[in-house]
Amino acid sequence: MPTRSLSRRDFFEMAGAGLLIVAADPAAEAQRGGRGGAGSGTLEARLHIGEDGFITILSGKIEEGQGALTELAMAAAEELRAPLERIQMVMGDTGRTPNDGGTAGSGTTPRTVPQVRRAAAAARGLLLGAAARQFGVDAASLEVRGGAVRYADRMYGYADLARSPELAAAYQSALPEGTAVTAAKDWQVLGKPQRRLDTRDLVTGAHRFPSDIVRPGMLYGRVLRPPSYGATLDSVDLAPARKMPGVTAVRDGSFVACAAPTAFAARKALEAISATARWKTVEQPSSDILFEFLLQHASQPGRPQAQDRGSVEKGMAAARRRLKATYRVAYAQHAPMEPRAAVAEWQDGRLTVWTGTSNAGSVRQSLAEACGVPAERVRVIVPHFGGGFGGKHTAEAALEAARLAREAGRPVAVHWTRAEEFMWAYFRPAALIEVEAGLDADNAISAWDFTNYDSGASAIDPPYRIPNARTRFVPSVSPLRTGSYRVLAATANNFAREAFTDELAEAAGQDPLEFRLSHLDNGRIRNVLEAAAERFGWRERHNRKRPSGTGIGLACGTEKNSVVAACCEVQVDPKTGTPRVIDFVQAFECGAILNPANLRSQVEGAIMMGLGPALREEILFKDGRLTNADFASYAVPRFRDLPKLDVVLLDRQDLEPAGAGETPIIAIAPAVANAVFDATGQRVYAMPIRVARR
Amino acid sequence: MASIRFTVNGIASNVDTEPERPLLEVLREDLGLTGTKYGCGEGQCGACTVLLDGQPVFSCLTPVQAAQGRQIVTIEGLARDGALHPVQQAFLDEGAVQCGYCTPGMILQTVALLQAHPRPTGAQIADGLNGNLCRCADYQRIQAAVRRAAEPTGKRG
Repeated sequence: MPTRSLSRRDFFEMAGAGLLIVAADPAAEAQRGGRGGAGSGTLEARLHIGEDGFITILSGKIEEGQGALTELAMAAAEELRAPLERIQMVMGDTGRTPNDGGTAGSGTTPRTVPQVRRAAAAARGLLLGAAARQFGVDAASLEVRGGAVRYADRMYGYADLARSPELAAAYQSALPEGTAVTAAKDWQVLGKPQRRLDTRDLVTGAHRFPSDIVRPGMLYGRVLRPPSYGATLDSVDLAPARKMPGVTAVRDGSFVACAAPTAFAARKALEAISATARWKTVEQPSSDILFEFLLQHASQPGRPQAQDRGSVEKGMAAARRRLKATYRVAYAQHAPMEPRAAVAEWQDGRLTVWTGTSNAGSVRQSLAEACGVPAERVRVIVPHFGGGFGGKHTAEAALEAARLAREAGRPVAVHWTRAEEFMWAYFRPAALIEVEAGLDADNAISAWDFTNYDSGASAIDPPYRIPNARTRFVPSVSPLRTGSYRVLAATANNFAREAFTDELAEAAGQDPLEFRLSHLDNGRIRNVLEAAAERFGWRERHNRKRPSGTGIGLACGTEKNSVVAACCEVQVDPKTGTPRVIDFVQAFECGAILNPANLRSQVEGAIMMGLGPALREEILFKDGRLTNADFASYAVPRFRDLPKLDVVLLDRQDLEPAGAGETPIIAIAPAVANAVFDATGQRVYAMPIRVARR
Repeated sequence: MASIRFTVNGIASNVDTEPERPLLEVLREDLGLTGTKYGCGEGQCGACTVLLDGQPVFSCLTPVQAAQGRQIVTIEGLARDGALHPVQQAFLDEGAVQCGYCTPGMILQTVALLQAHPRPTGAQIADGLNGNLCRCADYQRIQAAVRRAAEPTGKRG
């Protein structure tokens, strides 16, 4: 039979039909978790064994295309010695799933996968014990295989064993501590390339994304947006909209919105409302003065975070040569293919919201607070949604839908437009980075002084052997609303550090590869750097003369317990100065690989996504409005940007698996910047990369 | 209001609606065909791609009256009796899907591309699909899927 990807509707139908043998309400468990995600305290909150032999795994993590569903299912299949086809996943439903925390920071692999593995291994132990009692033999003489416990030519399926009363009791008690899991060398399911289990419904269009959810009697909602950031509503008249058939309109302070039987009618109603709105605008900084603004307001909101080793002053004083540079990184937008979307439905004082968010728990909390109801009366269901990249941690559409649905007395869907998503979602912070370093008489880096203004401290610490180093993150006032983006500030910090390291290598008169290697004690980074250089043919290509306008560059880095190195070749158009990446090799290592097929597509996707802010993506704004809030002018990577792309995955079965959805993006921009220098002789100090016309 | 008649995935449909409503919204809201996605509303991302008389169009920019009397194919109309269309099968086999939101539009654009170029070159694939955005940026896998779909399998048709 084809692999089953269980929808939540199927799950509840199944539960309603009494097929689940464990009937306890995991919602109670779901509510117990803490901020960081307490996980499941008991087996019943994590795992169900159905009478049909299907095993259901519950996780508060969400699927947004990164492959968590398949990875968690593989983890369970591995430890349960059950066929993957027998595993069904229920994810991201505060009414059903345990609190595994938000889906962020590459946390599913290092934190939730081990929890699922331990729970599944504990369940296998219980089933084995039950089988030993039924057979009347020692558990050591039994074999567990194919979702059944076997003794000689007899066997018990899990579904049969799970019925025993002592198992039901064990399900409800705390998970045993220290349950052993299967070593990587013995994996049968994990570590093997596995096609994602949820793909079929995606290629047929059958999957219901948050913006595809339809409820009986549902209306389509639209929200009145200010014409510019900081603008406040003076007055508005809802009467023209309320005259339209089927339209509900609401004003609640600055929140003005309407709902109608079709999206078309809702648009018309909003246009009528918008025509009556009077706004008070306030002056806003523009992107032209962004970096001066960040410097002027540095440290106003909080104290800088600094880390020191050795003495930067002494190291600089002892340096034979000192270099200094300033790097500027523009705001970027996640622009996921599916804009924010939510459907809200009230029933008997209880609220159910379907929405795309990486943090169902915090969205539930936001809804409860905004609506003035206890969190226990709010259920947030997160269907696999259309991309987030760190940009969907918040509850905007959910709150808007809930408010409108309460007013309308009917379910309401709020689907943000692309223009709304650009303007009113949050951005990856812009960064101003100042760096200075000294080289000693042996051309070793003797001092390092690195300051990041306002973008963050992720991966700010240089991975190189430097006796005297100071790194500082200085918060400032951001003109635009900022938040998480795939790997946070690690991209900005890595860009500045790796571009600058190339300058140091040049000053030292060394090959950028050998210069890095001579400063690297971290064996894992050395390994990926060597692997990328070898696949790319760095040493041969670096020594060979390159055609005019082409250049090669490399970069490396580490974050979230994984390591990455990239080599690339670019071609710079002599007329326009526009760089084009024609060859890209990246080596990546994240410990023991759980699913090589998914890892490869995550790394390939991160490279291509990373080319956007490296080459073109830059949010521009003036008078409180974005001036490039559409895909025509905010040019994200397209098919024609695809270079020759080669990914080398290093499998370290001796290391714990680390997450892989983020770090593969950090070496792209600096590798391209260094290649642009090689091609043009001009150093790059900005993302997106700018090359002066010649 | 107007009465618009067209054929969707081989089934004759009649919708009474405002003639200027986007075809995308009529498909999704009136006919329940939610496989076709909204991505940008500006014809820049291709998530809303459907085939109109065999030609790919942006259904977000197509008023429903433009479909009067014509044949529409959406992602829901590609599989036959549970058997995936070769392009769908190729996307599945290559794992050319991350979040999957662009996938229906990408698949329909590929169907059109392969009709024009049964054995497309790399440049033809890039040109043919350049109007379809994938923010997971899974272009390498998608390119592999298009190549796989273009291979003669003997099972086509």
